[in-house]
Amino acid sequence: MSQLLLDVNGLTMRFGGLVAVNAVNLAVRNRQIVSVIGPNGAGKTTVFNCLSGFYPPSDGSVMFKGEQIAGLKDFRISRKGLVRTFQHVRLFSNMTVIENMLVAQHRHLNTNIAAGLFKTATYRRLEQEAMDRAAFWLEQVDMLSFANREAGNLSYGQQRRLEIARCMVTQPELLLLDEPAAGLNPNETKQLDELIVRLRDEHEISVLLIEHDMSLVMGISDHIYVIAQGTPLADGTPDEIKQNPDVIKAYLGEE
Amino acid sequence: MMRQNFYAAVFAAGITLILTCLMVGVKLTSEGTELRVVGATSAQWAWILSGIAIVFLSQLFRDHISAASAGIPRPDFGKLLPAVSVQARLKPWLIAAVIVGLAVWPFMVSRGAVDLATLTLIYIMLGLGLNIVVGLAGLLDLGYVAFYAIGAYTYALLSSYFGLSFWICLPISALLAATFGFVLGFPVLRLRGDYLAIVTLGFGEIIRILLNNWTSLTGGPNGISGIDKPTLFGLDFNRRAAEGQTTFHEFMGIDYSSSYKVIFLYLIAVLLVIWVLFVINRLMRMPIGRAWEALREDEIACRSLGLNRTVIKLSAFTFGASTAGFAGCFFAARQGFISPESFVFIESAIILAIVVLGGMGSQFGVILAAIVMTILPEFAREFSEYRMLLFGLLMVLMMRWRPQGLLPSKRPHMELKR
Repeated sequence: MSQLLLDVNGLTMRFGGLVAVNAVNLAVRNRQIVSVIGPNGAGKTTVFNCLSGFYPPSDGSVMFKGEQIAGLKDFRISRKGLVRTFQHVRLFSNMTVIENMLVAQHRHLNTNIAAGLFKTATYRRLEQEAMDRAAFWLEQVDMLSFANREAGNLSYGQQRRLEIARCMVTQPELLLLDEPAAGLNPNETKQLDELIVRLRDEHEISVLLIEHDMSLVMGISDHIYVIAQGTPLADGTPDEIKQNPDVIKAYLGEE
Repeated sequence: MMRQNFYAAVFAAGITLILTCLMVGVKLTSEGTELRVVGATSAQWAWILSGIAIVFLSQLFRDHISAASAGIPRPDFGKLLPAVSVQARLKPWLIAAVIVGLAVWPFMVSRGAVDLATLTLIYIMLGLGLNIVVGLAGLLDLGYVAFYAIGAYTYALLSSYFGLSFWICLPISALLAATFGFVLGFPVLRLRGDYLAIVTLGFGEIIRILLNNWTSLTGGPNGISGIDKPTLFGLDFNRRAAEGQTTFHEFMGIDYSSSYKVIFLYLIAVLLVIWVLFVINRLMRMPIGRAWEALREDEIACRSLGLNRTVIKLSAFTFGASTAGFAGCFFAARQGFISPESFVFIESAIILAIVVLGGMGSQFGVILAAIVMTILPEFAREFSEYRMLLFGLLMVLMMRWRPQGLLPSKRPHMELKR
């Protein structure tokens, strides 16, 4: 058994009197694809917001690589190697694809003002490395030929892929994908499926996935958590989840 | 439709009537110790009434008018520029030509023109600085003039109390203004949009009022006078040298002329503008410049990618402030006299107008707008009181026909070369 990368215990998020997330537990190991599913409004995205630091969780612990990250600022969490995407594509649409990739590497670059003003050797080397890394990841998502296009002019499927590439270029260990297949056609969904599997197998990344596309989830997940109305309902392998009567009830309603 | 237009027309005519009657129709004049209200002459009334008629008719038939004016081609200054590839080839030559032109030009024209050009250059500097904050980072700053004031007072005070020279004070002014930008930015930058605008507006006023009331240090409303002019490696431009000093004309062995000083100041301004342009140009291509733009476009995405928004916004604010400090220091040196009068809110508004008029984020546009905004009032001098009216008209027309500014920003995109 590999070591726990992300270990969430009793995660709770309250908005005033409303309990959006109630005592959720999650565990992600190295090189695992873990999915979180549940009906609309179940609190899946709220869980993501808590994990990535957009909301400070009201209660519970979030251990990432054995370190407590609950309550840390969002950008600090992302610098530790936990990076997320959003339900709606959030690209810098007036910037080119390659610039999107460079902004993501901001903290890896030499941001010393004097170095940039006089273009020192180190500054140029780091810029070049960032360019190379950006090109590498664009190639991985099959977008290299669009590198100099404005991000806003890309098709929706391309924007989705660019968003994942932009996350990967920050060199994360755990990628949080919030409904990456939403709005994609079956063909694009298949490409996405392959990409996520490749991230795990070739690049040794763990992925935590929120998704409504059941064929995608069941096909690639190592483990699935089901949340309904903010509360954990079940967890297990895809086969166990498919046969779980509680899950069927939550999705399809009672007979 | 017609009915709707009729109501709008009556309403607009009514507003025009009220405004013109108050502004033009009645005047207060003092006779001895008494104030008397004087009505307008019949000729003026004729003007007022015809003005109201024009407003009424134009509102009534506005559909016809806009249909007719739709055919008029709108000016597209962007098209006047050559293609990007040609631009890249011509750029070094063009820059060299402009610099030579700027250096030679003052020797051929009148003193007044050079002086006006110097003023324009100050506004260019201010416009470029504010452009970082508003145009690039998207933070609306209505109190920008405060940093300009800090720069100016830094030099004025250091020079009159400690006798420090212009060249030493120039970086100090920029640093001090940057420090103030930093200190103000820290608590303020978690605000956004309108709230940020209000706080910065307040800050601008606080600085001005502080300068006005701290009489023991700043001289209050009387300001500070007799500020030293810049020197050229220790040579000054006065008619007679101070003790133990040499003046420029003595050193060069030429006759004294007061225009040397004016031209010298102008050349310093040119150098400062070139420096500011150079720095901003580099900044825009650096990671920090990209981060400003990214933050303006999508703050949430930036946070998720590990960008610290506070640091990035602060840096924009600080850079903008230091540019204003530069400009302020030079302004104090040029005027030789400063008072809080020079740093009122309208100055902030004019600088902001320059940025908006030029096209947010576009450096060339800002330069063009600064020239228009400083030279136009000079040409409009004969209209005296109606100058501000003309100014407003220009703004309205601009927003109607070219809301994106004279030359909207075309940022240099990074390209992947393979």
